[in-house]
Amino acid sequence: MTQAYSAGLTVTDNIVLRKERILPLKGKVCVQKGDKVKADDLVAETSLPGNVLPMNIANKLGITPAQVMQFIKVKPGDQITRGQILAETNGIFGLGFFKSSVRAPIDGEVESISGLTGQAMLREPRIPVQIKAFIEGLVIDVIPEEGVVIENKSAYIQGIFGICGETSGEIKMLCSQPTQDLTPDLITSDCAGKLVVGGALTPIETILKAKEMGVNGIITGGIDDQDIKKLLGKDIGVAITGHENMGITILVTEGFGPIKMADKTFELLKQFEGQKASMHGKTQIRAGVIRPEIIIPLEFKEDDLAVQKTRDSLLTPGQLVRIIRQPGFGKIGKITGLPEELHNVQSETRVRVLTAEVDGEEWLLPRANVELIED
Amino acid sequence: MSNPRLTRIIATDCGSTTTKAILIEYVDGEYRQTVRGEAPTTVEAPLNDVTRGVINSVQELEELARLKYNNPNIKFISDDKESQIIIPRNGDIGADAYVSTSSAGGGLQMMVTGVVASMTGESAERAALGAGAIVMDVIASNDKRMNHEKIERIRELRPDMILMAGGIDGGTTKHVVEMAELIGAADPKPRLGSEYKLPIIYAGNVNATEEINKTLGDKVGLIMTDNLRPTLERENLGPARDKIHDIFMEHVMQQAPGYNKLMEWTRAIAKVGDNIQTIPIMPTPAAVGNIMQTIAKLGNIEVVGVDIGGATTDIFSVFTEDFVFNRTVSANLGMSYSISNVLFEAKLDKILRWVPFEINESELRNMIKNKMIRPTTIPALLEELVLEQAIAKEALRLAFVQHKSFAVSLKGVQQVRDISTAFDQQTSGNTIVNLMTLDLIVGSGGVLSHAPRRQQSVMMIIDAFLPEGVTRLAVDSIFMMPHLGVLAEINPDAATEVFNKDCMIVLGTCVAPVGKTKQDSIALHAQIELPDGSTYKEDIPFGEMRLIPCELGKTAKAILRPGKGLDLGAGKNQEITKELSGGIVGIVLDTRGRQPFVLPEANETRIKSLKKWMKVLNVYPEEILK
Repeated sequence: MTQAYSAGLTVTDNIVLRKERILPLKGKVCVQKGDKVKADDLVAETSLPGNVLPMNIANKLGITPAQVMQFIKVKPGDQITRGQILAETNGIFGLGFFKSSVRAPIDGEVESISGLTGQAMLREPRIPVQIKAFIEGLVIDVIPEEGVVIENKSAYIQGIFGICGETSGEIKMLCSQPTQDLTPDLITSDCAGKLVVGGALTPIETILKAKEMGVNGIITGGIDDQDIKKLLGKDIGVAITGHENMGITILVTEGFGPIKMADKTFELLKQFEGQKASMHGKTQIRAGVIRPEIIIPLEFKEDDLAVQKTRDSLLTPGQLVRIIRQPGFGKIGKITGLPEELHNVQSETRVRVLTAEVDGEEWLLPRANVELIED
Repeated sequence: MSNPRLTRIIATDCGSTTTKAILIEYVDGEYRQTVRGEAPTTVEAPLNDVTRGVINSVQELEELARLKYNNPNIKFISDDKESQIIIPRNGDIGADAYVSTSSAGGGLQMMVTGVVASMTGESAERAALGAGAIVMDVIASNDKRMNHEKIERIRELRPDMILMAGGIDGGTTKHVVEMAELIGAADPKPRLGSEYKLPIIYAGNVNATEEINKTLGDKVGLIMTDNLRPTLERENLGPARDKIHDIFMEHVMQQAPGYNKLMEWTRAIAKVGDNIQTIPIMPTPAAVGNIMQTIAKLGNIEVVGVDIGGATTDIFSVFTEDFVFNRTVSANLGMSYSISNVLFEAKLDKILRWVPFEINESELRNMIKNKMIRPTTIPALLEELVLEQAIAKEALRLAFVQHKSFAVSLKGVQQVRDISTAFDQQTSGNTIVNLMTLDLIVGSGGVLSHAPRRQQSVMMIIDAFLPEGVTRLAVDSIFMMPHLGVLAEINPDAATEVFNKDCMIVLGTCVAPVGKTKQDSIALHAQIELPDGSTYKEDIPFGEMRLIPCELGKTAKAILRPGKGLDLGAGKNQEITKELSGGIVGIVLDTRGRQPFVLPEANETRIKSLKKWMKVLNVYPEEILK
């Protein structure tokens, strides 16, 4: 066997990118096929059903559930305003003295009333949801009532892990080398609104200062596990992220701990310094993998937008791989051979291996512990 | 077993990443698993058709069978466009049965509701787990959440179906109807496909049926079945479990890409006559539960089974003379996707207590996180293997703690006490997991089944489960339990035979006296007649481990007397005579104490003890235990 499958993270200066921007519920699409959109343009909107507030009328009036129907002043489907009387007793001897009443705590609508449980369900007004384009590009398809598909030509970098959602800004390099740590003194007031790029490690002090200075995003080779815990106030148990609301998006290109950013990633970001880019920290590592992304839109003509065929991620001699576990975590090697037979590694685990040239020497590595550097 | 009707059986398990196929054949008077094949599961894009993966894995099976028997005529898949597995067998062509399980696409995900969390809520959870589901949440009238919080939770979950329980028959209907109102207000949507109504199974107070129908009938796909807790004293989970399986087939599977086709493929020749009958696809965990119960009943033993995966750890148990079955899923305890959560739940010091060397904490934390984001990597360095196995021990221990607290006698049952039990403070709801009476622990999942040394699997199982008395230990060779579980539905004898001969790799037997004694006191007087005629005799002090080789398939006759104040199952200080099963590893005598099991507190002493035990069992290479 001279080939083996090993998906890697994509880092490229030129890719035709296709993004679906879909509403969580059916709604209205605001653009048309063929429209050119900017990252901040609204492409679709809808409104989600409002929150429901259950209210036990019987308990509040001190009556039996069966009596609720007798005293209720509204019916399902009625619009209500805060303070409006929903139900009221007749008072002592039905003469109107010492009446008890229940008032609406919210604006909204009556959804249901039950004579068995004495409970009314009140629904708040609908919640508007807007979907932006996120990337600058061309609307190539409209899915009626659901959303759009946008395409563009971009320089594109996939990270390994991130936190917080979508943001955009100009790329600004703060480290001169991919081995350099991004220290707090490098964050200055002119970083506001930008996506700043570090090297090996970005400590919590830098992240806090960047947040204070209004930086939109940080791109770093590594991050310390304990710093993430301090930032979020909790540990990340399962890698499903992107929903955090921290005010600054972080994208990690290599992993946890101080790890040099891959040269190729660093150089690519340097090449596009000063250009506007979109990024997000969404990560999901299970079926339907999502990795964080940096998208730097390029000039394009419509003819350029022929999506390249997805290539199989096959390991073949001569290709570059990144070592993704010790020994040699973070190092880059060139595949020299793909032996068929299983080998014992130091842990005595019997695995499929490859040989690679790393730092001028030949290494034997488990195939599971490398990923292809894809472009 | 003369003239069996099923002579060749194909079984597949469609997992979320891999579809595994095995061939079971009736050869020379016995059922054996002969060939296995596998292929990537194809339920997601770009193929979106689970049957492609099935065909690929069965094709591999076909090719390997041809090679094995040097017979190019062997053929399992038909040539027509809609290629499918040929049933029945005709000489070299086809098989007599094709069965399958599935956990692809996230398996079966359910939400359950009850009135009292510890009574109907727990019964509903047991029914769902037993049917092979992942229970996303248990919502109960008394679960301390405000009603609006419950509505929000129901709304945000997108289960495949909901099981509603609540109230004993003839009891009050108010609370269960109130729960129905909350569900109605939340208007939950099914996970797959927005074109059909979310199935809700109502298995609560029969008197509330009409009101439930009125409240939910128009909004959801409501299915009524018998109350799963008709009285406080009785659980009746069967009808609810059956309904879950029906709906899994009718609704959930129908939505998953390619399953329509696959459901037509799973067939077998009928017990009598020439008819071909359809065999339903089972959720994978339900099938594993099935084989566990079959093994327990046929062997009249108590069993614990564990499957530790990348994301979750499932524990199955069968206890008591009534073969009470329980299954728990620890959804966030696993060795890759969820490895970071094991650290979070167990805490670092609990993991480090199993490590026989000093390690930088920050490095360990970052290593765990890196495994989480790159879940398919393997430990190439010995130190990292030791650390992963330490984490596995904690994941297994925590999952077992959860299992013990779930596998309990029914709560809320009134107990009639006579004078003899008047001072017995036991209440209802005690765990039925009794490690002393437990006969067998079967482990499966990568970290246990594929550990470089089998001694490592033994050490992980013993340290995590702390078996008491005499317990056999085994691992599942290639995770064949799901296949055998669905096969047990049509032929329990064949399933058991293959389980014993090909699936289960017996590691050996663990002997562990229960109780604490002084460090230098004798904890176990052992006299063991080994199959080679020799006798092993030793008075073993407290705090030691011994490994006595005893071949797989052989047994040793042992006379075992616990030390003063200790118990091996027959009572304190009571001697027992037992046949101990040999295995790939052998017989382990463990006098480190149980109830309590305590590791030395001081770092230096702890590391010294760990090294001593690991050396005795030959768990790791010498270099790391120096």
